[in-house]
Amino acid sequence: MRTMSVADRTRSGVIAEFPDAAAGTAAKPAAFETRELSVFYGKKQALKGINLDIDKGEVTALIGPSGCGKSTYIRCLNRMNDPIPGCRIEGKVLLDGMDVYAADIDPVELRARVGMVFQKPNPFPKSVWENVAYGPRIHGLAATRAELNDIVERSLQRAALFDEVKDRLQEPGTSLSGGQQQRLCIARALAVDPDVILMDEPCSALDPIATAKIEELIDELSGNYTIVIVTHSMQQAARVSDMTAFFHLGDLVETGPTDTIFTTPRDERTEGYITGRFG
Amino acid sequence: MNATFLFVVIVLLAAMGYWLGRARALAVAGGKGRVLHSLPSQHGALVALWAAVPAVIALLAWTLLVPEGQRAVNPWLRVALVVATAGAGLWLALQRVRARQRARNHVEAVIRLLLLLASAVAILTTVGIVLSLLFESLRFFALVPPHEFLLGLDWAPQTAIRADQIGQSGSFGAVPVFVGTLLIAFIAMAVATPVGLMAAIWMAEYAGERVRATVKPVLEILAGVPTVVYGFFAALTVASIVRRAGESIGLEVASESALAAGLVMGIMILPFVASISDDVIRAVPVSLRHGSMALGATHSETVRRVIVPAALPGIVGGVLLGVSRAIGETMIVVMAAGLSANLTANPFAAVTTVTVQIVGLLTGDQEFDSAKTLSAFALGLVLFFVTLALNVLALQIVRRYREAYD
Repeated sequence: MRTMSVADRTRSGVIAEFPDAAAGTAAKPAAFETRELSVFYGKKQALKGINLDIDKGEVTALIGPSGCGKSTYIRCLNRMNDPIPGCRIEGKVLLDGMDVYAADIDPVELRARVGMVFQKPNPFPKSVWENVAYGPRIHGLAATRAELNDIVERSLQRAALFDEVKDRLQEPGTSLSGGQQQRLCIARALAVDPDVILMDEPCSALDPIATAKIEELIDELSGNYTIVIVTHSMQQAARVSDMTAFFHLGDLVETGPTDTIFTTPRDERTEGYITGRFG
Repeated sequence: MNATFLFVVIVLLAAMGYWLGRARALAVAGGKGRVLHSLPSQHGALVALWAAVPAVIALLAWTLLVPEGQRAVNPWLRVALVVATAGAGLWLALQRVRARQRARNHVEAVIRLLLLLASAVAILTTVGIVLSLLFESLRFFALVPPHEFLLGLDWAPQTAIRADQIGQSGSFGAVPVFVGTLLIAFIAMAVATPVGLMAAIWMAEYAGERVRATVKPVLEILAGVPTVVYGFFAALTVASIVRRAGESIGLEVASESALAAGLVMGIMILPFVASISDDVIRAVPVSLRHGSMALGATHSETVRRVIVPAALPGIVGGVLLGVSRAIGETMIVVMAAGLSANLTANPFAAVTTVTVQIVGLLTGDQEFDSAKTLSAFALGLVLFFVTLALNVLALQIVRRYREAYD
């Protein structure tokens, strides 16, 4: 784990150097392994044979210009592409060695292990409490009301939201501010006790202060959870992630420790993107 | 020289005004369009309006103000009046065509007024209907005290036509009539609500896009079947089935039962409830579905615990609109529910409804000052307010729901 806080790193600039971050990564076991993963929407190929390992307990940022396939990739990890008509997937996605797309895998169980936070906060039109209790309820994680209360409180605390909403648990989740709603969605995902949390541009609808809070939260959660975050902001990728993968036009161009990618990219396309020559 | 011909004359003069006005505007501009404030066609339209509107007003004024007897004296006077008004308006407007004249603003003001009048027609008609209901009801309440009408348990509106006739004095307790209405509406909604909601859930959530594209229009066509067709279906088919089914298990069933009328009415309202609920369910943002799915909820859990609760206000609104249709529905109950005003909650008995009684009271030769006839207006007034309240409530609920997601 790194020792600098988000605020420190924000001040230290976009391309900061974290020699300690790179040190331990090689030995980390992989949470996800993807092998020759291709995705087609009808005739259009959105991903072209991706080979990528997501390290356990790390924050992995997926960056790249719009339409590069990074959102498509993250949605393969919890099979959220399944309901899209005309979507076809080839190759393998392994979660702890288990083939996610095997015939005997129920996507419902998979999604209980792999939580997801979306671009726009999407709390259910229920109370704050009900929003967090939803997942544990459908998965039968609590036998009594008291246990459920515990889970809700713990999840809200882990999402750094409890102190702000402890007096308004019965108010609708939609009445919270945008940043609070997004943290509520994170608490909702945490309540199911997942191993992995996927975040698809979680801050793109938020103001800078709410964004800073989410980034701080990601930092606190890393280590306990494997986090995969899609982001359009290279500053954000530099601030929060240990590993970065750069996608371009459906190809995985380059992957490695975040500071290496941002200081000494091997591929000129990566360099072009992070220095802002195209995007 | 009839009015139709005069209208043709006015239209011709207006058309002439349009061309003259347009030509004059072009002449003023000297071929340079930019000099004019408004388009030549707008100048033309203004001249046409000046030719037509005063002439039409003059024609109407003549018809309303000049007494019948004097009209025949000189029929050409009217023609002269109208043509002179139109000609004068045309000529005056033509003189006023200038480069900086704001013809467009004037024409648009007239068009706005026209739109206002069109919407006023609908509102004023409603107000007129309510007022006529109200005044006739007041006359009725002068004969029968309101508390007797609203609280009385006996409905027998026959009154003697002549003073020397032996007959009932009439009894105007409307409770049995309203109870009958509510009983049938309740049976109808007990059919339409669950079936409609389930049909909507299937259409919105489970049916394929192509199936839905067929089923939904078919359902909406069903909503367009004339109610009289439903009526004889209820009276001839369903009533006898209900009667036979009841008798086979030893129940006494009237040949015109509340159940038969209610069942068919439920079928009639079903597409309405299903269609509205389908729209509302599909309006639930897809982000909520994804949110629930990503938490590992199954499709049915998502439908039951997220989508239907989120759509509930809209569904309730749709159901309330269905209730107000059930209460106001006439043809099915006239044919299938019967006329006897029984105060009962037994769905196998014959009951009557407010609408059936209004039809009965006002069909055939009537004197328009008897309590019997006037009671129809009182019934209509109460019915109007009940359905109005339901509609307002339903629209309120639907609107609140809309605000939550926009």
